[in-house]
Amino acid sequence: MAEHAQYFADDKARRVYLAKKILSRVFVYLFLTIFALFMLAPFVMMVAGSFINYESFHEFSISADFEYLGFAGGNWGFENYKQVFDVSSGSSVNFPVYFLNTFIVAIGSTTVTVVTAVLAGFAFARLEFKGKDALFALLLATMMIPGEMMVITNVMTVAQIGWENTFAALILVHGVSVFYVFYLRQTFSQIPNELYLAAKVDGVGDLGYLLKVMVPIAMPTITTIIILSMMGAWNSYVWPNLVASEGWKLNPEHSMKLVSNGLRDAFAINDSGATNKEAVKIAGSMVISAPLFIVFIAFRKYIMRGVSRSGIKG
Amino acid sequence: MVANEMILKGNEVNHEKALKSKLISKRRRIQLPQWGVAWLVLLPALIFLTLFMMYPIVNTFLSAFVQNYNYTDSAGSFAIGQFLAGVKGGNDMDMAFGLSNFKMALQDETFLRSIGNTAILVIIEVPLTIIVSLLIATFLNSIKVLKGFYQTIFFLPYVTNTIALGLVFNIVFSNSKGGLINILMAKMGKDPINWLSAKAYPGLEFQGPATRFHQGVVIVLYSLWNGIAFKILVFMSGLATIDSQYYNAAKIDGASNFTIWRRITLPLLSPQILYITITSFIGAFKMYTGVMAVYSGTTNGVKTAYYFGGDYGTEWIPVVGWIYKTLDYSKDKTGIASAASLILLAIIMVITAVQFAVSKKRVHY
Repeated sequence: MAEHAQYFADDKARRVYLAKKILSRVFVYLFLTIFALFMLAPFVMMVAGSFINYESFHEFSISADFEYLGFAGGNWGFENYKQVFDVSSGSSVNFPVYFLNTFIVAIGSTTVTVVTAVLAGFAFARLEFKGKDALFALLLATMMIPGEMMVITNVMTVAQIGWENTFAALILVHGVSVFYVFYLRQTFSQIPNELYLAAKVDGVGDLGYLLKVMVPIAMPTITTIIILSMMGAWNSYVWPNLVASEGWKLNPEHSMKLVSNGLRDAFAINDSGATNKEAVKIAGSMVISAPLFIVFIAFRKYIMRGVSRSGIKG
Repeated sequence: MVANEMILKGNEVNHEKALKSKLISKRRRIQLPQWGVAWLVLLPALIFLTLFMMYPIVNTFLSAFVQNYNYTDSAGSFAIGQFLAGVKGGNDMDMAFGLSNFKMALQDETFLRSIGNTAILVIIEVPLTIIVSLLIATFLNSIKVLKGFYQTIFFLPYVTNTIALGLVFNIVFSNSKGGLINILMAKMGKDPINWLSAKAYPGLEFQGPATRFHQGVVIVLYSLWNGIAFKILVFMSGLATIDSQYYNAAKIDGASNFTIWRRITLPLLSPQILYITITSFIGAFKMYTGVMAVYSGTTNGVKTAYYFGGDYGTEWIPVVGWIYKTLDYSKDKTGIASAASLILLAIIMVITAVQFAVSKKRVHY
């Protein structure tokens, strides 16, 4: 704050001011650093722990002897990851299948959600029809009802129509997101009406206009929605746990679990309350978290924009 | 120049005329009117909305008031069907409406416990996370060097998987000697603590099972870790809109940093604080995965999705955890689960209303 220097009565007052300034700076950075370490500690633990062979990790848990964490002696390696992806008959977990399931659900639900949201957002932003305001208010109202109330009946509905342990239950039941409809309506409304009239002059119909003009212009918003929706599917736990925790209908041997459910149930624990495969679990966490970090680094801008608008998680 | 402008204007008029005439001719050719197109494009969204959002709200509401809810009676699994049957008078399913589900829920000790648990966690978590994120946002806003770096770190928990990182927290707070926290405890000359498990770590039997307090500490820390990212983001965007003139004026008047924060930052940030307070309360009352995720270890036969510590998996069970557990274990208890969800909705609505009433005097828009 050199520009304030002239206001000080004498050199001493200036020095006191500067000392206070530096002290408060130090305090601010100290506070931020302590909390940043608190934020980072689990990540550091996850990355490091995933590479410590589970046997060494177990020995370390018992003894707290740092010898077991040394780089020498084969304590570090990819053994945990090998175990995570081990699909031999004795293994109770099958991460490749969980990954496949999650990919199918993520792509399916994102496609359905984006299509319904683009079409509905277009209707609310550009088209005039009777009951538009009432319908819009109704949508707003559903956003305020806790999702738990819907889940209860949806579980019944899924059971009733035989959708238990099917991808249909995982994809279609959340086929529309009211928030995304709002988000797209907002973006579409900002596109000037002149473009619409110009398109009409050129003989382009409503749907042609939507696909050829509006969607390309709204692409940043649609990208945000695609990313958030994919991440939502990747992180979903509650709904799949309720309706698809067993095998495929046609092939009961084939697990229907998604990655989060798979991880939660993985590596059964012995009765003494301890497992000797903690490190394998850490590697499993790592395998599920790594894609999220890559997506976050690549699309930070889109994610933070979408999140600051909504406050939804997954 | 003037001539050019006149030509331009003339062109515009011509363009508009052409546009209008073309529009009119176009409209004659298009068979589907605009409202038809509108309902057509709305149809997919409306189908999903009706089947999986609107109908469930009505049905869950009605289910809560169905006496002796019985799922296996297939015709009776949809409360709305029962309701219509009752209206027609052709109801031979021995079905009636009443408050039995609410009674049963409120007589269930675990449900009452879940309300208590949720209340305790909400009262601790919400103020704690709001204060911490407000402080971090204020501090972040006051620095320039490394601002983006810190911001990214504080946002990271938002893009992580709750289950995966809960598992890591479980291992950080392991009951063994080698857990990160217990290593720190040993450094301070203390015995390792059993943080979460219902059983002592083999060889460390003196620990005994994890106490309610220790489990609660881990749950609160995890929710703090998991919950501040979004709040910081919102507060930061609020701080960015505050005009720096206010700060400069206050500085010239010789106001201290704290006074500036108290008298300028807080009042101008009050809309964001209100928004975060309300959404945090609602979110915290619906907590579930955040509690369940920190538990691992033996679940004593309880499904892993519904294990919340202790011998029976109910030590820190939250309301939503109880609802899903009830629903998952027996579909016949749908009525009770519905009643519980209505009780939760009522609690949330009352608290939100109180917050709005209180905030009227304190929020500056």
